[in-house]
Amino acid sequence: MGEVYVITSGKGGVGKTTTTANIGAALAMEGKKVVLLDADIGLRNLDVVLGLENRIVYDLIDVTEGTCRLKQALVRDKRFDGLYLLPAAQTRDKTAVSPKQMQDLCKELKEQFDYVLIDCPAGIEQGFKNAVAGADKAIVVTIPEVSAVRDADRIIGLLASNDLPYPQLIINRLRIDMVKRGDMMNIDDTIDILGIDLLGVVPDDESIVVSTNKGEPVVADNDSLASKAFRNIARRLEGSMVPIMDFETDNSLVDKLKRLFGIGKK
Amino acid sequence: MFDFFKFFGKEESSSKNIAKERLKIVLIHDRANVSPKFLDMIKGDIMKVISDYMEFDSDEIDIRITRVQNKDSDYTSALIANIPIKKMKKIGKNPG
Repeated sequence: MGEVYVITSGKGGVGKTTTTANIGAALAMEGKKVVLLDADIGLRNLDVVLGLENRIVYDLIDVTEGTCRLKQALVRDKRFDGLYLLPAAQTRDKTAVSPKQMQDLCKELKEQFDYVLIDCPAGIEQGFKNAVAGADKAIVVTIPEVSAVRDADRIIGLLASNDLPYPQLIINRLRIDMVKRGDMMNIDDTIDILGIDLLGVVPDDESIVVSTNKGEPVVADNDSLASKAFRNIARRLEGSMVPIMDFETDNSLVDKLKRLFGIGKK
Repeated sequence: MFDFFKFFGKEESSSKNIAKERLKIVLIHDRANVSPKFLDMIKGDIMKVISDYMEFDSDEIDIRITRVQNKDSDYTSALIANIPIKKMKKIGKNPG
């Protein structure tokens, strides 16, 4: 029996879909059987981020309305063994499915998969309620900006009243240069405000834009920092104690020399 | 290591500290609104504690979180409780 995670944020545009796609791909690379469920009915995007947009035949609503069987709607990702997508319907809206239907669907999916990752739509209305209905655990994605952190806090409160009291936090798009200048809240500041456990930190990385352009999850590329961050998150979900990457250590020549002589920050 | 920038107060005025302070205040209000149960829980606990000392009408109690200006004219959040007393109990009175 697998586990159902909902990936949510309140605010739009903080990277829920990219996070869902990459954690999913990274878990599949670890040998797990994973299904990604796009709950953003009417504004689906998980398909294009994964590069699977041309392979969709049926969608989530076709399954809940009984137009097709669940197995027919699952799109298999040929690049990642064990990774599947259940796409959202694009021409319907959030009222086309009910929380009860989502619960039943999640129940069925977790019997067949190790992980069910739900990409939650932005907002706190029907779409959010549907996405959290069948979830066992929640992951909150935020970026270190006031609007995103405020919305994340609200979502944490709403998750608690939906029987998901211990969500884990992903801080996305951290700008290391700005943190160093004191112009962006750092990891500790963000945890301090939100008061939930940290699952991972993903640095702002151009390779995300490039890989999304191509429709390939960034975890396939071994070199980028963001790729490493997502693979670390997947390993933590698997129970490994992987330390958070040290972003604040400068790798400039001066800092390397300082470290060499033991006077810089470790 | 001696921190050059901290010495000149850069840390104090950095925009991330402003962000953090503003968020802390705004979240106190947001959080109080998220759960209407929250104030009821506080009210219940306060009533439990003070009922040993005085009598009051539980419907008259007004408890809320509000913004107040402190002496530096900054805004902070405060828990305001207005509890009209009907009668003091013996235990709360001065002897004699």
